[in-house]
Amino acid sequence: MLLRHTTKDIADRKALTVNPAKTCQPIGAMYASLGVHGCLPHSHGSQGCYAYHRSTLTRHYKEPVMAATSAFTEGASVFGGQANLVQAIDNIFTVYNPEVIAVHTTCLSETIGDDIPQIIAKARSDGKIPEGKYVFHANTPSYVGSHVTGFSNMTKAMVDYFAETNGKKAKTLNLIPGYVEPADMEEVRRLAETMGIQTVMFPDTSRVLNGPMTGKFKMYPDGGVTIDTLKTAGSSMGTVAMGRIASLAAARALDSKCKVPCQIIDLPIGLHGTDAFVDALRRMAGVNVPDRITYERGQMVDLIADMHQYFHGKRVAIAGDPDQVLAMAKFLVSLDMKPVYMVSGTPAGKKYVKSLEEAVKDLGDEVKIQVPGDMYLLHQWIKNDPVDLLIGNTYMKYIAKDEDIPLVRYGFPILDRVGHSYLPSMGYKGGIRMLEKILDALLDRKDRDSSDIDMELVM
Amino acid sequence: MTSIPILKERESQIWQKGETPFSITCDKHSLAGAISQRACVFCGSRVVLYPIADAVHLVHGPIGCAAYTWDIRGALSSGPELHRLSFSTDLQERDVIFGGEKKLAAVLGELIDRHRPKAAFVYSTCIVGIIGDDVAAVCRKVEREKGIPVLPVHSEGFKGTKKDGYKAACDALFRIIGTGPINDISPQSINILGEFNIGGEAWIIRKYYERMGVQVVSVMTGDGRVDEIRRAHGAALNVVQCSGSMTQLAQMMEEKYGIPHIRVSYFGIEDMSKALYDVAERFPDNPEIMARTREMVREEIAAIRPELAEFRKDLEGKKAAIYVGGAFKAFSLIKALRHLGMRVILAGSQTGNDEDYEMLRDLCDDGTVIVDDANPLELSKYIIEKDADLVIGGVKERPIAYKMGVGFCDHNHERKIPLAGYVGMRNFAEEVHRSVSSPVWRFAPRRGAKLEKTEVTPC
Repeated sequence: MLLRHTTKDIADRKALTVNPAKTCQPIGAMYASLGVHGCLPHSHGSQGCYAYHRSTLTRHYKEPVMAATSAFTEGASVFGGQANLVQAIDNIFTVYNPEVIAVHTTCLSETIGDDIPQIIAKARSDGKIPEGKYVFHANTPSYVGSHVTGFSNMTKAMVDYFAETNGKKAKTLNLIPGYVEPADMEEVRRLAETMGIQTVMFPDTSRVLNGPMTGKFKMYPDGGVTIDTLKTAGSSMGTVAMGRIASLAAARALDSKCKVPCQIIDLPIGLHGTDAFVDALRRMAGVNVPDRITYERGQMVDLIADMHQYFHGKRVAIAGDPDQVLAMAKFLVSLDMKPVYMVSGTPAGKKYVKSLEEAVKDLGDEVKIQVPGDMYLLHQWIKNDPVDLLIGNTYMKYIAKDEDIPLVRYGFPILDRVGHSYLPSMGYKGGIRMLEKILDALLDRKDRDSSDIDMELVM
Repeated sequence: MTSIPILKERESQIWQKGETPFSITCDKHSLAGAISQRACVFCGSRVVLYPIADAVHLVHGPIGCAAYTWDIRGALSSGPELHRLSFSTDLQERDVIFGGEKKLAAVLGELIDRHRPKAAFVYSTCIVGIIGDDVAAVCRKVEREKGIPVLPVHSEGFKGTKKDGYKAACDALFRIIGTGPINDISPQSINILGEFNIGGEAWIIRKYYERMGVQVVSVMTGDGRVDEIRRAHGAALNVVQCSGSMTQLAQMMEEKYGIPHIRVSYFGIEDMSKALYDVAERFPDNPEIMARTREMVREEIAAIRPELAEFRKDLEGKKAAIYVGGAFKAFSLIKALRHLGMRVILAGSQTGNDEDYEMLRDLCDDGTVIVDDANPLELSKYIIEKDADLVIGGVKERPIAYKMGVGFCDHNHERKIPLAGYVGMRNFAEEVHRSVSSPVWRFAPRRGAKLEKTEVTPC
């Protein structure tokens, strides 16, 4: 038993975090930055930070992940990192020639108090930023929030630095997809395009972190939102922001900076989630929902109808990022399943916890929610009263193995399976994929546990 | 690809054999803005100490440093699994402002009470170095209260390179050594240093020594136990692998306890055999040890030779690029690849010193490129120019190789099978063969056509 050190007795923990269901801001900022075309993310801190972020993103996406670092030394930590960052900007444009550098801070540079806008201004006045190239930044102290906060901050920075308005409205809609897979970003754009809507999506990591094998190493893959496109976000007729925790900040900033009205919805996961997304698009763009989309929705409902008896009453434990956990919980409830235990490491606030409680209010007192919480606690709950299914990232496999409970991998990071970057979990198509995964897990288990007599061919 | 520029300051860190007199600059802090593949001080300490399985490893800092190092290295344990849990003080903004000492003390107390470990290692991260927590004082206090060694590891990320992290880890180990009973230790005894039991490698090596009649007092740190390390000063000889990480500890032990040390490598037939003979030679009073060693080496080589010959048939003339952490490993790999008929066209390391690179120069063929602290562009440039069939590296190099349609072997944390020892050489050959001769490269745009023409279809 790998987690034999997990006790069934739940002692009150005041300060200790064990087996976190989150990581730190900078990696989220790095991931968001990769969704800008020709962008080299830059970590303003020690060398280790970006090495860890690159390794983790590489393990999750199985793609090269490029980023640079200020490579702080003791000197920089005493006298500030200005010299390092200015030199870094110079070196990066000279050698790696990106279109744009996205600087994020770390606990180190935040605590020292480096003033990034001032340093960028210095680099510009020193002539280190070539004509037509950009440097922007987000503050991402590791001791506040989580990787989701970092993602949110960097996404908001895209608005703060680039969105502009000339007073006229274009016929485009902004999509802020949240901290989701490249495949999901691709899917929400496809849905919008199917409805005949032109979109401005940011960040957009599709074709950056799920690209094909080309026989070449390309530092800046084809995907990502361009700066020119980002600028037009300020002229769009509206913004649909998916996931309150990851996307609200950018949507609000766009509203106050360029007066682009926004609608905040849950991640379009499952039937209701995707319905809400399609509805938001329909109303904002003033279009009808085409048959193609109604058809996809119908397929998803059909699948649920075919298999509904297998979903009924199944108890599920979910760990993950707040937006994912909330949307997934609602999805599961709509399937007649019972998401009874939920944790997220990200401090998402009282309002969030309330919305999660609301989503599962009909399940009664079986429900346990801890936000922020860690996987150690989740495991302890399961030890006391088990569940039928686990949904969460790769780290859940320890619990799955120890407690012999099937696991559907979902969220970040997934270090031991593939597919998540190529195939969506959002939209109706993504919903069908998730249903397939959930059913496979439940039915494989049923087959495994059936006696020879009870083994069924047709299910 | 030949147009890829090399940073001017980096030119002296790259050298091609056969062109100019040898000169390479190394041991240099990475340039700000360079995309180095290196990590930080904390990373160095963490990888060295992490395999000690009956200690708790508490990361004092924001969540990231603990999250990214949660069970990332397949260092196996035959008993406790405490090392595979992730413990963090998860420092928040208020801790950064008011100091984290109280929280650290509380967490340590909780942790030790719950898990009753044999020791506790407390890793300082960047932020701790900046806010000035007196980690050593907290450790002393908790040590007194709880009666187990509580060891501060001074691994603030910005205070040097990964090598400085090794040093901090050695300092912590050195504090435990010398505190256990040594009366029953044989005069023919050793400590195995710098072996981390990735994929069970320490078990293989330990068995060899035991078959020779040499007692293994402790392994640092693979499948490590605190009580064994306490007794390490009773050994007659320190056998140090992975020169970068543990030579310093061996030197400290030589100074204080008069224990001599030798440097070895367990990769490849020559180096593995040399290691065993070198150890046997240190015990001339017991000639049986040498006799048993000879017999064992003969047996082991005979057992793998036929298979190696089979692999060699397909690999003869193929070209490899090696980019690894420590230079010492590169030496062994060059020799091991020669055994398989392969040529090394690029050799580089993250942390090599002058002496290492001189040795590397002597080992390499004409035309081989030698690099220190390379970036992905440099690696990809030479891999294409020299038309490599295989890359040997770590997590961040893998997808770069695959994108270029080139085979890959992980010789770092992510190897899943033992590559040390004779059986390891066989596994290595199999893994190299499996990747180099995979049919997938025939689908690779850059290489596919060429491979189809020149190669016979594998059966």
